[in-house]
Amino acid sequence: MHGLANPARFLRMARWLMPLCMGVGVLVAAAALGWGVFLAPAERLQGETVRIMYLHVPAAWLGMAGWIGIAGASFAELVWRHPLSVIAARACAVPGAVFTALCLVTGSLWGRPAWGTWWVWDGRLTSMLVLLFLYFGWLALAQASEAADGGQSRAPAIFGLVGAVNIPIIHYSVIWWNSQHQPPSITLGKSAISGDFLWPLLLAMLGFTLIFAGCVLARMRALLATRQADARLRRKALGAVEAF
Amino acid sequence: MAGTVKAKHQRLVLLAIALVVLVAAVLLSAWALRNQASYFYVPSDIVARPPEPDRAVRLGGMVEKGSLKTAADGVTIHFVVSDGKAHVPVVFRGIVPSLFVEGSGVVAEGKMGTSGTFVADNLLAKHDENYVPREMQNMTRAQAKQVVAETQ
Repeated sequence: MHGLANPARFLRMARWLMPLCMGVGVLVAAAALGWGVFLAPAERLQGETVRIMYLHVPAAWLGMAGWIGIAGASFAELVWRHPLSVIAARACAVPGAVFTALCLVTGSLWGRPAWGTWWVWDGRLTSMLVLLFLYFGWLALAQASEAADGGQSRAPAIFGLVGAVNIPIIHYSVIWWNSQHQPPSITLGKSAISGDFLWPLLLAMLGFTLIFAGCVLARMRALLATRQADARLRRKALGAVEAF
Repeated sequence: MAGTVKAKHQRLVLLAIALVVLVAAVLLSAWALRNQASYFYVPSDIVARPPEPDRAVRLGGMVEKGSLKTAADGVTIHFVVSDGKAHVPVVFRGIVPSLFVEGSGVVAEGKMGTSGTFVADNLLAKHDENYVPREMQNMTRAQAKQVVAETQ
């Protein structure tokens, strides 16, 4: 990890890794969605509506993964002052928020035919909505810190770590409390989902995860480029002042 | 160099302690919330501590097999919700969600009636964590395995 502390080395790696993640991710996700929508069978009780699962479950996982990324980068920033950690955390936030919103929208669309309601205030749905608001708050704080002191502030990192307590709450909400949402179908080494649904679902999760990684790498490159351009402009302005 | 290593070490220890305290605080609050944060009562709760007659509550559980009966008017249904330990009869008038079937989960919103019957004014179907293809629903596990083996 410290080998990547050098932004130039990171950029050299990101240059080929980003399109690779994006390309393979788009292909795998498209194949998985095609499999799920056209080839996988209908469910015994839910019928055709079960197909939205191939988008809903990866979106839920990546919405949570985005915050795990923010928390991990925040930890690295606070302890090791890793030079890429601020940028990594910022790069995870927008894709994470988008997938969280996608999870809430697809879940709502699924809830109407499956449960008979668009929305209920149970533990799982509420904690997922809280995650979306945490993303909004974190993005606002990170932007303010960027505008005030060029991202030197540790406040977003502390917010990122404290906000991570919501992740286990989301996961265990359906186990700790009675809820409208069903308990997890896939746990370590066990699945209550028939293989006909499970394989396209796992493939979709892999594909969207690669797309997510590609987005994060692309945003990290863009943020690094912006910083470099800003630094160059400052140097130029300084040089112009000195020449004057 | 030794100074910076020590500073890093100190930050790591401090942060680890802060995180442990934070997690403990969250676990304590989740523990304190364990009843309040539940979305519905199960039949055992309702039987052990019946809610006041006018209070709106939710009752969740399984629709007992063979208990679903439609009244003569065609829109009023009677069924029994159970959690394996206790049973609560429910009456509902209206359109049921399509996933509402015997042996499946349900969340009923309503009030406890005077005669021990739960009067529901809304029903939500509850899906369980099992996903089974339509073609295999009537087969036993062994039959389904055989079909899968044959098609592979």
